[in-house]
Amino acid sequence: MGYVAVKGGQEAIENAFRFFRYNQIRQGSEPIQVEQIRDQLHLLIDRIMSEGSLYAPDLAALAVKQAAGDTLEASFILRAYRTTLPRLGYSLPLDTARMRVIRRISAAFQDIPGGQILGPTPDYTLRLLNFDLINEDSQTYQEHIADLFQDLPEYDELPQTFPKVMEILRRDNLLIGRNAQVVGSTKSFDITRESITFPAPRSAALQAMAMGETGGLLALAYSNMRGYGMVHPTVGELRVGYLEVNVKNPYTQQPEKIGEIEVTEAEIISQAKHKDGNRPQFTLGYGLCFGHNETKAISMAVLDRAMQSEEPQSPSEDQEFVLLHIDGIESMGFCNHYKLPHYVTFQSQLDRLRKAQEKA
Amino acid sequence: MNLSTWLQQQEKNGHQAYYTFAFIDEGAKREIRRKTLKAIAIPGYQVPFGSRDMPIARGWGTGGLQLTLALIGPEDILKVIDQGADDSVNAVNIKKFVSQVTGVRLTNQVQEATLIQTRHRIPEEPLREGQILVFQVPIPEPLRAVEPSERETRRMHGEADYSRMWLHLYENIVQFKEIMIGSRYPVMVHNRFMMDPSPIPRWDNPRLHMAEGLYLFGAGREKRIYAVPPYTSVKSIEFEDYKFRVEDFGGVACSRCGRTNTFLNEIIDDESGKRTFICSDTAFCSKL
Repeated sequence: MGYVAVKGGQEAIENAFRFFRYNQIRQGSEPIQVEQIRDQLHLLIDRIMSEGSLYAPDLAALAVKQAAGDTLEASFILRAYRTTLPRLGYSLPLDTARMRVIRRISAAFQDIPGGQILGPTPDYTLRLLNFDLINEDSQTYQEHIADLFQDLPEYDELPQTFPKVMEILRRDNLLIGRNAQVVGSTKSFDITRESITFPAPRSAALQAMAMGETGGLLALAYSNMRGYGMVHPTVGELRVGYLEVNVKNPYTQQPEKIGEIEVTEAEIISQAKHKDGNRPQFTLGYGLCFGHNETKAISMAVLDRAMQSEEPQSPSEDQEFVLLHIDGIESMGFCNHYKLPHYVTFQSQLDRLRKAQEKA
Repeated sequence: MNLSTWLQQQEKNGHQAYYTFAFIDEGAKREIRRKTLKAIAIPGYQVPFGSRDMPIARGWGTGGLQLTLALIGPEDILKVIDQGADDSVNAVNIKKFVSQVTGVRLTNQVQEATLIQTRHRIPEEPLREGQILVFQVPIPEPLRAVEPSERETRRMHGEADYSRMWLHLYENIVQFKEIMIGSRYPVMVHNRFMMDPSPIPRWDNPRLHMAEGLYLFGAGREKRIYAVPPYTSVKSIEFEDYKFRVEDFGGVACSRCGRTNTFLNEIIDDESGKRTFICSDTAFCSKL
C-alpha cells in the first residue's frame, strides 16, 4: 500500500513551492531589484498591468519577479491583488484627443496635421542580437545617455496635443458617425461587477479586450487578417502617450487630477458600410490598453470591428467566441487545472469504456 | 461576534488580519448571497454573478470558494475535499486559505461540518438538515457537450428544449450500446431545468435527489451559481429501456476498510501492475 498518497499533501505542497523559489536563486547571480524590472523591462510591465488590469508599475514589477518572468502568472498575481482593493469610484471619461503624445503614426496618409511622430520604437531596426548589452554597467549607461544628448539638432517643441486623424475623415463625412457603432446601452458595462451576457454591449466587449491576453487577442485578430474575416484594416492612427485621469471632487463637483496613465490607442479604418440608402462610409475599429503595447491595441481594434459583423462567419467575428476566450487568467487557470487529480472522473470513464467493450 | 473581537482573536491566534474577514469585500459577499437565494428559489437554474478574482487560479475552485467565503461565519466548521479526500493537494490549499482569512475550525468529519466544499464527490455519509455542500464547477452548462454557444444554450433552457441532449444519449446507444457519459451525468431538477451536477461520478447522482442538506454549485470562471434546495426532485436522465446506472465495481471491497458499498479508486501497483481498490472518500474510509 506504500504507493498510495493518502496523507502528506500539505508538506508536499510547501516543499514544492520552496523548490520553485530555490530554482530561481540557486545560480547565485545578483538579486534583481524590483525597480530594475520596472524601469528596464517596462514593456513587460505594461503588458502585465494591462492583462492584470491594474495600473501599478511597482506592483507589476514585483509580480514579475515573484512569477520568475511568467507573464500569465504575473498578471494573475496582480489581478488577484486588485480584487482586494475597494472600488472608490469611477474616473471621468478620458479624452484621448488630449493625450500627451510620445508616438503617433498614421498608415492612411503620408502626412497628417501635427506630423508623423515616430517616438520610441524598435520597429524599424534590424533584429540582430546586440552583444554590447552583455557587459553593461552603470558607467556605460551614463556614457550612453551622454552620447544620446550630444549634438542634438535644433528641434521644435512638440505641441501639447495633436488633432485626431479620424476627425479629418469624419469632417469630410467619410467615416461612420460616433454613435452609429454603439451596440446596446451607452452606459458603461462593468464586466468585473456583472457577468457578461450575449449579445454584449460594445463597452463590455472593449473592457474584456482591454483586460485580454496579448497573445490571445493577436491569434484571433491574425486569423481575421489572414482571411477568416473581412476587416482589411488600415491603421488610421496609432498613438502612445499619457492621459490625465480626473475624478469628480464629491464636495466641489469639480474635476480633480489624480494622476496620469500611459496608454496605447489604435483606430483602424475598415471596409465601407452602406445602409438604408445612406451614402456608404468607412467603419472604425477601436483599441485601447494600458501602457505601450501596440500589438495588443491593433489586435483589439481589428477584433472590435470584426465583432460588429452583421452575419458572423468566422471565429473572430463571433462576439461570444472572442470575448469568452481571450482572458489570459481564465484560460491559463483552466488549462492548468487539468493537472489536478481527476481520479474520480477517470474512474467513471473507465467504467463506461469497459462496459462498452463488453458489449462490442 | 463583532469585527473588533474577531480581529483581536485573530491576532491572538496568529492569523492574518490584513484582509477583511473571509477575504471578499462585503459588497461582493452580499451580491453572491443574493444570487444564491435566487438560485435556491429556481432550483437548477444557472444564475449569472459578478465572479471576483481569487488568489487561486480560475478552474481550481474559485466559484466554490466564493460561495464558501460569502456564506462562512466565524462559528462555522469547515470541511474541504477533493476527489473525496481531505488531504488532496487542492483541498489542502483551499483549507489553508479559508482558515487564514477566517480562522474557522476545520474538520474531516461530515457530521461535524456545517459547511463542506467539494470537488468531484458527494461524501458517502448523507448530509442532514442545515448542512451546506458547496460544489466546485468547471462547466456549469449541461448542454455544452451538444451546443458550444452560451446564447443558444440559454435559449434552450428557457424553452426547456433538451432534445439535443436526448439525441446525444441515443447516438451513444447506437454507437456503443451504452450511454457513455462517465461523470457530469446530466440531471433534471424539479422536472424543469436540466442541470450539470459538476464532475461527480454517477455513483453520487442518486444522493442529489430529495436530500436533507442544501447543495450549492459555484462556477467562478463561467460566472454562474445554481442550487438544489433540500427535498428537491433530482432525476438522472434515462430512457425506459436504457436506464441510468451507477459505476459497477463488480463487488470488490476497499482494500483498506473492507467496505463493498462505496465509490472506489482503482490503484495500479507500480511493480506487478496488479489492481487494488480503495475508497475515494478518505474520511469515511477511516471511520469504522
